[in-house]
Order: sequence, then C-alpha cells, then structure tokens
Amino acid sequence: MNIIYFLIGCSVLLALVFLGAFFWAQRNGQHDDLYTPSVRILLDDEPTDKDKK
Amino acid sequence: MAVNILTQTTCYHCGNDCDKDHYVLDGKDFCCAGCKGVYKVLSNSGLCNYYSYNEHPGATRTHVEKRFEYLDDPSIMADLVDFTDENITILTLYIPYIHCSSCIWLLEQLNRFNPAIYYSRIDFLKKQVSLRFNNREISLRQVVELLVDIGYEPLINLQDVIKKQQTGTGDNLVKKIAVAGFCFGNVMLLSFPEYLGLSEYEQTFRHFFGWLNVLFSLPVVFYCGREYFQSAYTNLRNKILNIDFPLALGIAVLFLRTLIEVLTHAGAGFADTLCGLVFFLLVGKFVQRKTYYHISFERDYRSFFPVAVQAVDNGIEKPLPLSALKVGQRIRIRSNEIIPADAILLNGEARIDFSFVTGESAPVTKVWGEVVYAGGRQIGEAIELEVIKPVSQSYLTQLWNNEAFSRSQDNRMQTFNQKVSKYFSIVLLVIALGSLVFWLPVDVYRAFSAFTAVLIVACPCALALSTPFTMSAALSVFDRNFFYLKNTAVVEQLARINTIVLDKTGTITIGGENGVSNNAQLSSYDEQLVYSICSNSAHPLSVQICDYLKGAEKLRVSNYREIAGKGITAWVDGHNVQVGSQSFLTGGVDIAKSTEVHLMINERYAGYFSFVNKYREGLEDIARLAADYKIYLLSGDQDRERKNLLPYFKGEGYMLFNQSPQQKLDFIKALQLAGKKVMMIGDGLNDSGALKQSDLGIAITDNVNNFSPGSDAILDGRSLRLLPAFLKFSKDSITIIHISFFISLCYNLIGLSYAVSGRLSPLIAAILMPLSTATIISFTSIATHLAAKKRKLS
Repeated sequence: MNIIYFLIGCSVLLALVFLGAFFWAQRNGQHDDLYTPSVRILLDDEPTDKDKK
Repeated sequence: MAVNILTQTTCYHCGNDCDKDHYVLDGKDFCCAGCKGVYKVLSNSGLCNYYSYNEHPGATRTHVEKRFEYLDDPSIMADLVDFTDENITILTLYIPYIHCSSCIWLLEQLNRFNPAIYYSRIDFLKKQVSLRFNNREISLRQVVELLVDIGYEPLINLQDVIKKQQTGTGDNLVKKIAVAGFCFGNVMLLSFPEYLGLSEYEQTFRHFFGWLNVLFSLPVVFYCGREYFQSAYTNLRNKILNIDFPLALGIAVLFLRTLIEVLTHAGAGFADTLCGLVFFLLVGKFVQRKTYYHISFERDYRSFFPVAVQAVDNGIEKPLPLSALKVGQRIRIRSNEIIPADAILLNGEARIDFSFVTGESAPVTKVWGEVVYAGGRQIGEAIELEVIKPVSQSYLTQLWNNEAFSRSQDNRMQTFNQKVSKYFSIVLLVIALGSLVFWLPVDVYRAFSAFTAVLIVACPCALALSTPFTMSAALSVFDRNFFYLKNTAVVEQLARINTIVLDKTGTITIGGENGVSNNAQLSSYDEQLVYSICSNSAHPLSVQICDYLKGAEKLRVSNYREIAGKGITAWVDGHNVQVGSQSFLTGGVDIAKSTEVHLMINERYAGYFSFVNKYREGLEDIARLAADYKIYLLSGDQDRERKNLLPYFKGEGYMLFNQSPQQKLDFIKALQLAGKKVMMIGDGLNDSGALKQSDLGIAITDNVNNFSPGSDAILDGRSLRLLPAFLKFSKDSITIIHISFFISLCYNLIGLSYAVSGRLSPLIAAILMPLSTATIISFTSIATHLAAKKRKLS
C-alpha cells in the first residue's frame, strides 16, 4: 500500500500545476476581459462575400 | 443580401429615418452626409462586412464638428498615452459608442485603414480600445481622427487625463479563491477515507492524511483568511462587533482544533469544513463586488470640461491645454462648447445655457463686458472671452470643492447584516461559554470540545452569504432595467427611503426636447416672418418657436417692440407681425389651459403654437407613491411651471423653486435632521451637493456614458417610470435577506444541538456547512427572481 504515498504525491503535484497555470493566466491578463473573446470568435477573418460592397 | 430587406427610408448606416435629407450611394440610402462619408471610408477599404454582422450598426453622424488640434500638444499627448518611445505608442481610448459585434470587428481591423496601426483590441464591457501604432508614420491626432471618420469618436476629457489608467484592483481575491478552492478539493479527497472508515491495517494513513490536511489548511488560514482576522481585529479595537468577528473566531477555532487533534492523534479534525468555509466566504465576497466598468459613479467637474480650449493670441488661434490656461488669456468658444473658466465677454453675442449648472432651463444672454461663469454651454455664434480666474478657482470648481459638498460616507445607514451580527456574536459567545462552564466540572476534555464545537457550527457562513447573493441578484435585475447601482449596499438604502426629492430640469422634464405643436397654417413665407420676429426675442417661448422653425430664412425686422408678459410686435419685410398671448392680440380673455402663443400677420389671425410641458413618462406613477413617501420638488428654475406641476405634488409647500445648489443641500439636510431618509434624484451639477448629502443620490441621465454628477446610482431616463417598482423590489430583497437569515439560524440550531453536548463529529460539520450554504444560495437566487417577476421587472 506504500504506492498510496506516491499516488497522493502525484495528485497533489498535478493539482499544483493546474493552480500554477491558473495563476499564470491571471497574471497574463487572460481573465481581464471575459466577454469580448466570445464575440470575436464568431467574426470571420476575411470578408467572404466581396459583393457586399 | 441585407440591403434588399431594408425599407426605403432608413439610413443604411445608422438606421435613422431619411426624411429630410436623403443621400444615395451604391444604391443605399443615407440620412446625412456624415453617414454616407463613413460608408465611403469603409467601402474604400473593403470593410463593408461591418454591415453584415448587424443591421444599421453605425452612430448617426448628423452633427459632428470636432477639432482635435489639441492632440498635437506634447503635454496632452504625454498624459493620454500609456507608453511611448521614438517608434511605438501604446494608447487606450474610451469609446462610448461600442455596442455590437460589428463594432468589435471594425475596430480590430484598423490596420487595414492604416498599416501603421499595428494592433487594436477591444474590451467590450469597458468600451475601451487598446491601440499600438508607429508614431513616426501616424500621429495620435490622426489616429483619433481616423476613429472619428469611421464613426467611433473616443471620449477624451480632463478626468481621463488626470486620473491615469487605474490598473488592477490591488487585492487578489480571485487568487485567494483559487488557492482556497484548490485546498478545499484536496482536503475533501483526503478526508473521505476517514468518513468511510479505515481498517486497522490502514491506520498509518490516518496520520499521513491528517498532516496533509493541516498542511493544506495553512495557506487557507494564513493567506486566504487573513483579511477576516485583520478586519475583526480593527473592528474590535473600534469596539464594533461585526460579522467578521464570529467568522474569524470560527476560522481560528477550526484550525487550532484540527491542529491539536492531528497532533494528539485524537481525531481527524475539521480541515474540510475550514477550507470549505473560507472558500464559500470568499466566493460570497467576490459576488458582492460586482461593478460596472463602463459607468463611473465618481465623476467630477473635470470630466465635464474639455481637455483643451482654443486660445487666441495676437489674432492667432491655437489649442491650449486647460491646465495651462492663465488669467488674462483670450479664448474662443464655439457653438455648443463649454466655457471652462470664469471669463469676461469680449466679442460676439453670448447666449449661454446654464441648465446643467443652475437648473435654469432658459438660456441667459450676456453682453459685452459681462462676466460669464464656467460651466455654461454657448448656444449661439462663436464668442471671444478673457479669462479672469484659473480653472481651479472658478465659481463652478469652488462649488464642487466646497467643504459642505464633500461628506464622509460613514453616517450612512447601518445594514441589516451589521445590526444582526452584533447580537449574533454576543449570543454565540454566551452559548459557547455556557457549554464550557456546564461541562467543565464533569469532563475537561468534553468541555473544550463542546466550546469549540459551538464556535464551529455557529460560524455564520450562511448569514454572511445571504446578503451578497441576494444583493447581487437584485443588482442584475436593476441592471436589466437600466438602473445602475454603485454597489450592493445601495439596494438596502433604497429599501429604507421614505422621502423622495426630485429636481426639475432634466430630471422630470426632458432636456432639450420641446413640446411645441403647431396649430397654425403657415406658408413657408409666413414661417420666415414668424421666425424673424421671434429670433429677436430672448423669451423662452420665442426661443422654442425659433428652434421649431429652425432653418427658415431671416428677414429684415423693424419697429420691433416687446411688451413684457404680453407679446412682441414688429414690421417684418413690410408686413405687420404680432406674436403673443390671446388677450394681447384679440383683446379677448385667455381661456387656454396650456401655454399658447398666438400669431397675427397683417391684422389677420393666423393660428397659434401651443406648448405642452414634456414630462418624463411615469411622473403620474411617482405621484401615486405619495401615500407611502413624501415627495418634494426642488428646482433651480423659476416657477413658470408651478401650475402644471401642481397636480403631481401634494401642495405648494412641496414645491420649491429658485433654489441655489447650497439651498438644495441645506433642504436635504433639514429633512434628514427631521429624521427622514432622503432619496435625491437629480441630473445637473447644481444637484451634486444635494446628491451627496442625501441618503441615496440618484443621477438621472439619457445616456449613461454621458457626464452625470457623482452619485450612488445612475438611472436611465427611460426607466424613471419603473421607480415605484424599484422601490418595492428593494423591499422584497430585504425580506428575502430576512428569510434566509432565519433559514441559516435553523441550521445553526441543528448544529448547536449536537455541539453543546460536545459530540460534534467532523462528518456532521462537513455536511451541515455546505448544505446550509447551498440552501441559502439557491433560495436567495430563486426568491429574488420570483420577486422581480412579481414586480414586472424582467
């Protein structure tokens, strides 16, 4: 059953990695604007129908 | 294609009716040259997809006359930009018009208009655009002018320049929640084996898990929960028992007991309850801190003034930053510009609208040599002035900085939470000490166990959460109805109001809109005659007729005579024109109910104009509140409309006219001294003192992005009719808080029945705490939703 010690160590480490990733995202300003990206993703990169001109 | 669906008469760009002027380009209709211009700019750059995301995404461009020369001034430039070196400039601009996906799309394509703009990113909720551009190829002014050309005019004012960018809120609540959540999850995982039962063989894990739990509790207590200890400590020193005291006590006891139980191998401790408690508390705090990024509640006179004025030096005009404006400087103010400093009129005819400063709706005419106070808006031709006082010492600025107008916020009403938690803490301590004393002679271990257990289960987590969750749900209901509250505490203040004070100009009347109805059959030549004679008079009704007949040609007027209170007569282009009251023209008696102005051309009666006072929709509903609230009118205006407004108020004593800003403030103060809880609704700078003094100041505005004085809440003019519903709903919210407080007390009683006996198992605590929290959160959100439905505030 000593494997439990190892497994718990792994799980805590993994969780710490996620926590670190969250902090990194926070510091990087990824959570500053939570709304605009949801609109931006629906906009096309290149105007598809030029005849709209 | 979208074009074909459009009706013939709406503007392709902004959606306005194209009735007066009609421009056509590429088979599309435009209401004005401005809208057509924007379309042309966009189509030249191949960016017409702008119109395919939304119909009519543009802002109307009927009146645009902006001058941005001042942006070439290095000192202003340095204040505006975030960063600049010899190549790159980084800049954030506030653009109030950002409102749809088309806006995001277009503004992030700025690069295609000018390749020197490397980067543009929109923050939709804050209505900001961040730009990075090459300042060798394009200047700041050119960037701003480009934005104006495509219909997105940034709002640049003195406050933006002074305040600098406020970045970061300073505390890292989100980080704390993340840490608490991380620890909470891990501790739960490690506590499960204990609850499910460990066999003899697995006993070694018990200590291992116990120590890990203590380890996880450390950051929760000392990092996430630190502010509870700090707040409890400062409050205790000020002899206040607030809700943070039992919370801090709960956290401390939970941690110490966990530590001791793990150290002595006596049990598993309460690490999961501890982490869960702190996690939920922080989430509640986060919910409470809902703010509106795009609305500023703390605006002051600086955001009212422009950044620069046109200074005249030896006949040469050049832009000058307002901060560099000195006494003796000559400035030129154009139509619709604001006078930034007290000054003497040197040149031109000044007709100045002081409605925002004094509440007086009729424009004031000033002649050569008269002093013009800052804050007025010139509505005639361009005038030239000589500054006699620096901006910081003008009448308006001093009014704003008046000692009486800046009041500390601490005499605000106590919230329900603050009141209850005082008694709650005392009762809690009595029960805990009682059980300690009761068990001490019997069993010392059990006595301390009961003592700590009481402090643990009675920890008012649910109580601390009921207010934030109810209030933030209420806030979003208000928000959907265009009523923006500064913070959640305002809901509670709203519920306790018993006196409502209304300003007149701009608050219950609609600014700038005149209800002139034409009951005369006038040929266009007759209109010219009437326009010409009325343009000579400064009487408010004449001014309104002139506005109504705007665009008519002015003819030569002679023998002009004005009989005060009666009317005007003159020869216009060889015709005898008389304008005035019915009795003045025909010698009869005034029988009209509304204000009327009658016309006579060459001794022939030509009909009349009638003036209906345009009040905001819903004034009747507010008047009906008189049963429960005392309603006052407090106007800086003259009492011309006293008669029309009388039906809406209880009596003459409830209507005060000719009030100066200081008198308004004093009136509110007098009401408060008489024990009233006063809500002030106003819109202008003249109300700012009263708004601050009142228990709840609401600024009313037709556009939340426009300037409004500092206040607790901002109400969109369209929603004034909902005010009675808002008041009722705020009372419902308070009832919901009371009920959820009762529910959380029930949970506390269940927990206490275990705790006083000293037999509280960690499992029960671990179930009770999240269960009560979940109940409170779901109850408050459902109940608030139902209450909003009941008040028809969807």
